[in-house]
Amino acid sequence: MSTKNTQTSADAPLPVLLPFRIEPTRLGTPRLAPVHAVLIGAGLALLAGTAWAQADAAQLSPLDVIIKWAPLLLYGFAFNILISMIAMALGTGAGLGVGLGMLSENPLLARVCWALTQFFRNAPWLVLLFFVMFLVPFQITVFGVRIPLPDWVKATVGFSLPVMANVAEIVRGAVRSVPSTQWEAAESLAFTPRQTMWQIILPQCVKRMLPPWMNLYSLVTMATVQASIVGVSEMLTLTAQVHTAEGGRPELFAPLYGFALFCFFLYCYPIDRFTARLERRFHIR
Amino acid sequence: MDVIPAWFKDLYETTGLNFTVFYDPYDWHRYVDGVRMTVLLTVSTILASLLIGAVGALLQSAPSRIVRGAVNGFVVLFRNTPPLVQIFFFYFGIGAVLPAGQDQFGLRQPFIDNVEWAIIALSLFAGAFNVEIFRSGVEAVPKTTVEAAEALGYTRLKAYVYVILPLALRVCLPALNNNLVNLLKTTTLAYAIAVPETLYAVKQIWSESQNVFEMMLVLFVTYGILVGILVWIMHRWEKSLRIPGYGR
Repeated sequence: MSTKNTQTSADAPLPVLLPFRIEPTRLGTPRLAPVHAVLIGAGLALLAGTAWAQADAAQLSPLDVIIKWAPLLLYGFAFNILISMIAMALGTGAGLGVGLGMLSENPLLARVCWALTQFFRNAPWLVLLFFVMFLVPFQITVFGVRIPLPDWVKATVGFSLPVMANVAEIVRGAVRSVPSTQWEAAESLAFTPRQTMWQIILPQCVKRMLPPWMNLYSLVTMATVQASIVGVSEMLTLTAQVHTAEGGRPELFAPLYGFALFCFFLYCYPIDRFTARLERRFHIR
Repeated sequence: MDVIPAWFKDLYETTGLNFTVFYDPYDWHRYVDGVRMTVLLTVSTILASLLIGAVGALLQSAPSRIVRGAVNGFVVLFRNTPPLVQIFFFYFGIGAVLPAGQDQFGLRQPFIDNVEWAIIALSLFAGAFNVEIFRSGVEAVPKTTVEAAEALGYTRLKAYVYVILPLALRVCLPALNNNLVNLLKTTTLAYAIAVPETLYAVKQIWSESQNVFEMMLVLFVTYGILVGILVWIMHRWEKSLRIPGYGR
């Protein structure tokens, strides 16, 4: 809405402001000269040297510690990715339902879905995680069959709640952005409202929903480390355990957590770039 | 004044809903201190992150390629890594290798405590997003306006502070609004390094009084109200900064 208005004022002979659009920052590929390589190498050597000098000769250097434990830490990272994917799948399914519910003709259903969305969107993720961890039992009994609910399953459900609310908002926004002429055209072709939604409106929405949906996925991935606070043994928990296993030397904290940062960066930055490219390709906004 | 505690005590006796915070002064003080800490974290990180955003957006258009590259690297790095790991990295990683003093018992007493590290880490995290938002706002300022400022003899810095930023701020306020609400929600992560904010206080209360469900409700309502207040303030600000005749 507002972008349309800025568009019109930008068309004026002397615009006050041009249209506003957030373009994600990207890392330029630096043109490295040999000088840079030498400088960076010298810097790293200096850094490693000082870190090494602090440590005892009998102890492993930070780099060796990371290499030694990398398989375990990467296993933890894979677990993070697994949690994020399941949470995203659950949340997207539920969010699609809630989002369409918000657009429903039935005012009661629309209100309930709206309240649900607002509630889960405005609560901090960590609080929702606690909510699910503490208030969902560790096992449920369905028809006499006991189904155990391990920690990580509950955490996944905890992450899927905010995903649901955010996906609902994305769906609603995308459906709203389809021109109303599409609805009218479908009606004149004798489509039922249900058919219109599933065969005409939603297929057009997929393109608009994809970039924000991918953004959300990246956020979920980064949020999964919060599961360590409630005791799921994912990457961050394992990092702390590795640190203890290596004798709890304080100078090991920075490299170990740095490694975790690095893993997440390598996973999330390409998603971010790809999202930006899709946005540009689809000319969204 | 005793009506509220009495009512909640009565509620506990009749229904079993144990809202200890509202009749137990000890829990109440813990809760209020927690909320106060959340507000402190929020206000200080908002101010610091706005500053980081404004300075970063200026530096992103700096003539030096190294400065631009450094700011871009900062933004990209902080946007694409989990804030919780960032907090741990700062608090444990950097905090552990910084020189520290000793208290009277000879225990290690770092110069930057957990609250300050939480503020630093959260400010940098939100600041990275703000840089992007402000930069987009700066790009929305027409080139002619910048040239006009130059023609009037403004230096690059002065033009930025007096001409570009005020205009940019107005156009990026809705996006900024979103990010600051997110920041308020992210302050819960300070829980992980034992900053006694709302979540931490409430967790302590429910582990002592065994009233998880009731405290969960209190927690949701608290954050709902805090987010509501922030949104209200931002809307007021947006309204008071509105350019007459622009948009709507």
